Amino acid sequence: MNALHGPPAPSRASVVHSREAPAVHIRAILADVPDPEIPAVSVVDLGIVRDVSAERVLITPTYTGCPATHAIEQMIRTALDAGGFGDVAIETTLSPPWSTDWISDAGREKLRAYGIAPPPKGAGASALKNAQAAECPRCGSINTEEVSRFGSTPCKALWRCKACAEPFDRFKCH
Amino acid sequence: MDSALPPLAAYAARLGDDSLILGQRLGEWCGHAPALEVDLSLSNVALDLIGQATHFLGLAGAIEGAGRDADKLAFHRDVMDFSNCLLVEQPNGDFAQTIARQFLFSNYQALLFEQMAQVKDERFAPIAAKALKEVKYHATLASDWVVRLGDGTDESKTRMVAGLNWMWRFADELFVMDDVDAAAIANGAGVDKAALRAAWDARIDAVLAEATLARPAARRPIVGGRVGRHSEHLGHVLSAMQFLQRAYPGANW
Ligand SMILES: [Zn+2]
Repeated sequence: MNALHGPPAPSRASVVHSREAPAVHIRAILADVPDPEIPAVSVVDLGIVRDVSAERVLITPTYTGCPATHAIEQMIRTALDAGGFGDVAIETTLSPPWSTDWISDAGREKLRAYGIAPPPKGAGASALKNAQAAECPRCGSINTEEVSRFGSTPCKALWRCKACAEPFDRFKCH
Repeated sequence: MDSALPPLAAYAARLGDDSLILGQRLGEWCGHAPALEVDLSLSNVALDLIGQATHFLGLAGAIEGAGRDADKLAFHRDVMDFSNCLLVEQPNGDFAQTIARQFLFSNYQALLFEQMAQVKDERFAPIAAKALKEVKYHATLASDWVVRLGDGTDESKTRMVAGLNWMWRFADELFVMDDVDAAAIANGAGVDKAALRAAWDARIDAVLAEATLARPAARRPIVGGRVGRHSEHLGHVLSAMQFLQRAYPGANW
């Protein structure tokens, strides 16, 4: 290290502390930022947050035209400000494109508890037909049928349970 | 065509204009569709398309480098500066006619974006890769409806045939290549659209067969949208879409 460039290099331990602690802290803050359309899950659960460092949060939109994209950025900004991280950039990337495979296991459980059938895992690549029957988030039956390919938000399809007769949302494979 | 735009910007604008105008057209169904589920479907497809338009028009403005963003290009260009294909500006007609338009267009767009997702240019490829997943869904939705209506009642079949006949004349334009396409390909951003035709025909024919429908008879193709020669319909689309920004320039939420 060139001594002309500042004070002596800190010990390795303190380097780790100063570089990683903020990212860990920021990640914890993001884990409490709800998705504006499905507040039961956080932006971290959904896999929207792609990378976190002390300087920058990298996010990706779920759907190209998702109207929540701007709201999500605003909510992250507000949460970071409140947590004392006012000087962190929020950047958006399209590549690689978001996939429902990035929804965490915890996120899937939260969706189910909220009444939304989570998407099957590993199905992101072959989303053309919802070949697998969805499991009713209320009674657990797979005696279900698709009512509409599109639901109340871009990410959901409308299904119906033939066992308990309840309609429910299914998170689309994407 | 907006003669002010350099070729690669013009290429991005064509992509954006296709998505924008079709998204606006589908938005006209909001609150008017035959069933709630259909209303949701068409509005969601519209949303995806307007999302694509935001990216492609934003890219066109960035390449142009004259300070125009996606909104500026969408709301402050005149009809002859729009470069969308004629297919997407066609009137909604009845539900079958709307589905016919979506069927022809989404199958084309899926093939286009499959190729564009592979191009070298790191601005075009990610947008195409992102949109492709959604467009495949649009193509499946429209194809399913072509089958339901075509292989449905006498009434639904008559309407589906009429809708396809109306839209068929505008399909050829999707595959026409010109200098803008050549420049985009030379820059590692473009796709040879003419080469997509055979795969498109195969997809269309497979669905039509399942729908018990004959392929519409070949017609004299109608072209010109890419160079700004539009039907009267586009002016009406723009008058609704652009009204607010024209009346109150720069109005914001
Ligand atoms: Zn049930």
